[in-house]
Amino acid sequence: MTDLLAVETPAGSADAVAGVRITPVDAVGLEQRAAALCTRSIKTSSKAAALDLAIRVMDLTTLEGADTPERVEALCTRARHPDAADWSVPSVAAVCVYPELVPVAAEALASSPVAVASVAGGFPAGLAPLEARLAEVAWAVAAGADEVDIVLNRSAFLSGRYQKAYDEIVAAKQACGPAHLKVILETGELGSYDQIRRASMLAMVAGADFIKTSTGKIGTSATPAVALCMAEAIRDMAQQTGQAVGLKLAGGIRTAKQAWHYLVIVGETLGSGWLTPERFRLGASSLLNDVLMQQAKLLDGRYQRREDFSVD
Amino acid sequence: MSDRLAVNKTYKQFIGGAFERSESGRSYPVVGAGDQLLAHAVQGSRKDVRDAVAAARSAQDSWAGRTAYNRGQILYRVAEVMESRRDEFCAEVLRAGDGCTEADASEETAAAIDRWVWYAGWADKFATVLGGANPVAGPYFNLSVPEPTGVVGIVAPDEPPLLPLVSRLAPVIVSGNTAVVLASERCPLAAVTLAETLALSDVPSGVVNILTGRRDELVPPLASHVAVDSLDLTGCDAELAAEAARQAAATITRVVSASAAERQWAVEAAQSPYLIDAFCETKTVWHPKGR
Repeated sequence: MTDLLAVETPAGSADAVAGVRITPVDAVGLEQRAAALCTRSIKTSSKAAALDLAIRVMDLTTLEGADTPERVEALCTRARHPDAADWSVPSVAAVCVYPELVPVAAEALASSPVAVASVAGGFPAGLAPLEARLAEVAWAVAAGADEVDIVLNRSAFLSGRYQKAYDEIVAAKQACGPAHLKVILETGELGSYDQIRRASMLAMVAGADFIKTSTGKIGTSATPAVALCMAEAIRDMAQQTGQAVGLKLAGGIRTAKQAWHYLVIVGETLGSGWLTPERFRLGASSLLNDVLMQQAKLLDGRYQRREDFSVD
Repeated sequence: MSDRLAVNKTYKQFIGGAFERSESGRSYPVVGAGDQLLAHAVQGSRKDVRDAVAAARSAQDSWAGRTAYNRGQILYRVAEVMESRRDEFCAEVLRAGDGCTEADASEETAAAIDRWVWYAGWADKFATVLGGANPVAGPYFNLSVPEPTGVVGIVAPDEPPLLPLVSRLAPVIVSGNTAVVLASERCPLAAVTLAETLALSDVPSGVVNILTGRRDELVPPLASHVAVDSLDLTGCDAELAAEAARQAAATITRVVSASAAERQWAVEAAQSPYLIDAFCETKTVWHPKGR
């Protein structure tokens, strides 16, 4: 990890993490390309396929203080069969909850293909004592979580203490054991695309199985440009080291249209090899209903009414 | 100053409180008296219908949740703002129709403004007239109250351009419904100018949405939309109305059309509290009576 110190050079210079180059980001070009990819029109059978894929890569999420075991159970039922009336609609990829509710979700999803994901590590700020954060990660895994979403220590990262941020992710990865580790960068707090790219590289080198945009707990969440920036970082990582890291987009993704814009961005940047639940996820709570509404529209030709779909 | 360039207004659709071009990017020429080109209006698409219904849907709860008195104030405010732009409406009506005189235009504008005032007055009264306490054979209070039906699609007739639109719109929104209006296909410009006054009259965004374009294209997606609760097909010809009613039936959407008497737009028969009732559902409540 000696090379990591090379990161601690003034911002703007081409620097490196463990031998991986971090190139500066052309912000204008990035936003222009992201905007262009979002204008693509997707119709009929392609639309049906995109909606189907959006469900298969979805992390159905509930992260509220008011989450009850019953609510999580209901969510798990929806996760297995998103459309109660049509079981040909695929299951979502995972259900994402707070650690305390992991046992409930694990029991409800036993013998189903749906994974249990848990946020942990002092979510959403990530500023609990390191021991407590690692214990939370280990606890969640022991309780049955297949995937753990931790947050990057932005306090360390933004103050230039990259080694500390890196070491914490390495420690979390160890605490995770067999479970998949997703590292939330909280891109809305990082300040620039250069920082997002640097944080992406740092998390990937430290051993993240997925890098994730946001907690959904602050105003600025996933945007097309941020998704493209992170997808390009993943592409560079794969090209330079052969290591394939997954991408999870979360926060503010509410409509099916947004979802297929992101599918286009990932497909165009990383190729169709990334358009699977193993390498791509959409974290969302209200997206599923909109996708189901669009599917119903495709099937019977009528625009649908939100009230006819579930409340949660 | 004689060589000053003309500054012409772009007549856009009114969706969710914003003036927007069509999602489809299309427009169509609108001709007035003497086949003179007046402007290009937006030629809306089914996607615009979808967006307008979504806007109407999300605005409906809070609009119905306002006090009747407040809705009355806001309808009266529409009349006030129209009054201050009366000359503009007169000019708009005058140039839209063949054979329309200045006196006709002035009369129609005045009648349209007065119609808002008339329905504004009904806002906190119609529930008393249309609902009430029912005598029942048992120890209960039995009360009926009219409640707004939800989202109403209104197809305005072609002519005249302003008064029929106001006559059909005001009774729909006064009770707490929200509306998606297809303006007159032949003379849509006055409707867009009306939208501008609505935007300045404290009518919340999404309560009234006004689309322009081809009825043949816009009525079917509006009629078949599951989130539309009631339809006013006054502006449809018999064939289109029948097709729309068939589509509406599949989702139990109430269909209404103006009677011959109501189509005498300038006279009092065109305004009635029963028109408010046509877009309400009656809720009846039983309550045990104490001694």
